[in-house]
Amino acid sequence: MSDTRKQPIDFMGVRKIASVVSIALIVVSIALLATRGLNLGMDFTGGTSVELEYQEAPVLDDIRNQLTDAGYSNFVVQNFGADTTVLIRMRESGNDKLGREVVGALTSGGAELELVSSEFVGSQVGEELREDSGLGLLLALAVVLIYVGMRFQFKFGIASVLPLAHDVIIVLGVFALFQWTFDLSVLAALLAVIGYSLNDTIVVADRIRENFRKMREGDSWHIINESIHQTISRTINTSGTTLVVLLALYFFGGEAINNFSLALMIGVVVGTYSSIYVSANMLMVLNISREDLMVPAKEGVAGEEEEEQPPEWLNRM
Amino acid sequence: MLNKYPLWKNLIILIALVIGFVYALPNLFPDDHAVQITGARSSTEINERVLNRAVEVLQSEGIEIKGSSLRDRNGLIRVLNGEDQLKARPIVQNALGRDYLVALNMAPSTPDWLRSLGAGPMKLGLDLRGGVHFLLEVDMETAVEQRLEALSGQIKRELRDERIRYRGGDLEGREIILSFRDEGARSEAFALVRDQYNQFLLDEQTDGEEFKLVLSLSEQEVKSIQDYALEQNLTTIRNRVNELGVAEPLVQRQGSDRIIVELPGVQDTAQAKRVLGATANLEFRLEARQDAPAAETEVFPFRDQPQRTARLEREIIVTGNNVSNAQQAFDENGQPQVNITMDSVGGDLMNRATRNAIKRRMAVLFIEYRTETEEKVVDGKVQTVENRVVEKGIISLATIQSALGSSFRITGLDSIPEASELALLLRAGSLAAPMYFVQERTIGPSLGQKNIDAGMMSVALGFALVLIYMAFYYRGFGLIANVALTLNLMMLVACMSILSATLTLPGIAGIVLTVGMAVDANVLIFERIREELKAGVPPQSAINAGYSRAFVSIVDANITTLLVAVILFAMGSGPVKGFAVTLSLGILTSMFSGLMVSRSIVNFVYGGRKIQKLSIGGKLANV
Repeated sequence: MSDTRKQPIDFMGVRKIASVVSIALIVVSIALLATRGLNLGMDFTGGTSVELEYQEAPVLDDIRNQLTDAGYSNFVVQNFGADTTVLIRMRESGNDKLGREVVGALTSGGAELELVSSEFVGSQVGEELREDSGLGLLLALAVVLIYVGMRFQFKFGIASVLPLAHDVIIVLGVFALFQWTFDLSVLAALLAVIGYSLNDTIVVADRIRENFRKMREGDSWHIINESIHQTISRTINTSGTTLVVLLALYFFGGEAINNFSLALMIGVVVGTYSSIYVSANMLMVLNISREDLMVPAKEGVAGEEEEEQPPEWLNRM
Repeated sequence: MLNKYPLWKNLIILIALVIGFVYALPNLFPDDHAVQITGARSSTEINERVLNRAVEVLQSEGIEIKGSSLRDRNGLIRVLNGEDQLKARPIVQNALGRDYLVALNMAPSTPDWLRSLGAGPMKLGLDLRGGVHFLLEVDMETAVEQRLEALSGQIKRELRDERIRYRGGDLEGREIILSFRDEGARSEAFALVRDQYNQFLLDEQTDGEEFKLVLSLSEQEVKSIQDYALEQNLTTIRNRVNELGVAEPLVQRQGSDRIIVELPGVQDTAQAKRVLGATANLEFRLEARQDAPAAETEVFPFRDQPQRTARLEREIIVTGNNVSNAQQAFDENGQPQVNITMDSVGGDLMNRATRNAIKRRMAVLFIEYRTETEEKVVDGKVQTVENRVVEKGIISLATIQSALGSSFRITGLDSIPEASELALLLRAGSLAAPMYFVQERTIGPSLGQKNIDAGMMSVALGFALVLIYMAFYYRGFGLIANVALTLNLMMLVACMSILSATLTLPGIAGIVLTVGMAVDANVLIFERIREELKAGVPPQSAINAGYSRAFVSIVDANITTLLVAVILFAMGSGPVKGFAVTLSLGILTSMFSGLMVSRSIVNFVYGGRKIQKLSIGGKLANV
């Protein structure tokens, strides 16, 4: 995969198209979030869920009828993993004995079943969790902005946070589109996506900074293109290994973390794309220049000759 | 450029790896199924004799025993499998009687030499071993209110004792308002309250003929009442959990008003909830006199006959909080009763109140807190509203024949189970404030095992795929990265074991993700080395440049990811925390293995000699 041609691939050449694609994706995602909304899991809405293991695969409609007859409404019955496993979800969040009652109602029909798991979340807990989660996401973005702003330069800070927001919004958009359940584990995945995508963005940014200091000629456009070219094989490899394990997790990790792996897979793909196009694009838009990356005075007067050196102890290694 | 590590550096890495190996080792020994024996009371001791009796009974029932041991007042009997374990519990419980609690447990089978080093396996979370998880919320408003009521009762009693005449005392929000006929009485009361109840802020108000004294709790005092309520509830819940006989329970405070309870291995949630959540308490009150002013009385129904009511005094003599012991027994008619022993304060209060009330009647009020829901239509939308309901019912109303002391009995209970549960609740301590279940999760044991299997499967598969990918792409260097990755996994497991972090399903997901991302450091380095080679740099210098140049990127990238993981840990609850822990630890260990360990191996393989080419894949690499 290592590129042997002298001429780097023209990454920035398609940046206009990439911008349009990104903006379109974000707009669509936000529209989807606004119209369809997220299918929030029980962690956030509060409610009751019961997972049952039947001896023989049951007919879901029968279960629905049984529950309706028993006087329940507002429930969802679906297979979970295997056709003998049934998941029943209810929105009611007040009665903490509901799970047990449902099992009682179904067993009285003569079916042989075993309670695999049950869950009850009070609506207030769910509500708090919703607020905390939003706050957590914003906090994560803010901390990143500050760290990168300090470590690199403010323009880089913006150019690394916006792609993160871009990734988060698109993953959310996909979840809204397919109405996949958005629960706590997906939220964790989302934060991991932030971490991952940031990782990617930083590596590219690091190279851009290095090249700005090292390369005497060429405009920003050229330098950014070259930097992306130099890091592309690393980007693809890391994304590759991560995607590979995520696929393993998706197919073998069990139902409970399916959505988690899905969110991460989408996130990794979008994150890889955004670290190339969104981040670099932002740097162009922000009009990054060599002057922005002059080594600050405190690091000595060596000026642009100076390349960021690894700590001294490392050289001794 | 020689690329040799000095000996000390290699040694440090080696020592770290050996330590990692030793502490990761216990995880390879599977847990034994076991039954755990503890004393029902803290005074009951478990000794060899008890243990031997249990072992004998089990052997006579044909259950094979793998071993038995005594440790920290616990007896542990290991059996061969889960089926035997389930059979063993009732057998042992019946043989030992009710003085002992027998619980199912998983006993780590760490060899002694490892245990002497303090090594042990990772703890498995509930989602992996099965059990129940509860989140309880303490009703702080009620806690404060109850405390105020008690204080107001005390203050009024003191006023009477001091013969300071007051007209009435009402509770309004967080204030007690006492009113007096004249200013003299008020200033006497003021002095009394100021001297003895310094938790109140005092304010004198005059409203025409009424001289009022307003006692309000300071913010600090409210907070300390709430803290006390939570601590008291924690203690009570711990006692109750012990009464349930669960091995390795977790009872933990979360935030300012919540308590997490995790009971591994428990499947009968109904009983667990009833005992834990039973926010039942008792109040002892005198029946009101005919001429008592309405403001000082309250009407309560009887618990078994709701249409029958009685008018009681508002003032509480004592509550269940002062009970030191309670036993279920039978009265002379064979009806269940509860024998109660009060602590000294309770006994005093009881004696003082009943001494002057002979021939009057005293009521025992049973108080129960529940959550109910109703559906309401708000703005055209149906919303479920949770209502917290307090139900107070009289369980007995009996004439006081003589002054009561510190022990007496309660009759009028419905059934034997009710009597024994009430006794248990009174014994384990009552709750300082009512609590409500706000979250509950039950995980069956089969699901736990399924989760472990699925998790292990995906770790193994993901790991194998990454190994193949790296070996294929980076050849010789890929193999080095693979060794580093394997060691990384080992270090991660070791760190988790040392910190005795709990492994959960999301935690396993975190490990899988770490495996995928951990090679990133090596990928970055190897790409750099390739680049340097492409630029015509000799191999040894290329290695050095690769490692040192990639360092900054690796650190920057990892620190930012670590920051996000820390945020995840700080704001996340339960499952998310497990993920955050493994992710953070994984980042740290992968930096160690990616930078130090892989460098050490590279130096070992290539360092200190002249080399013509590196096995790092790619077309130009071999130039």
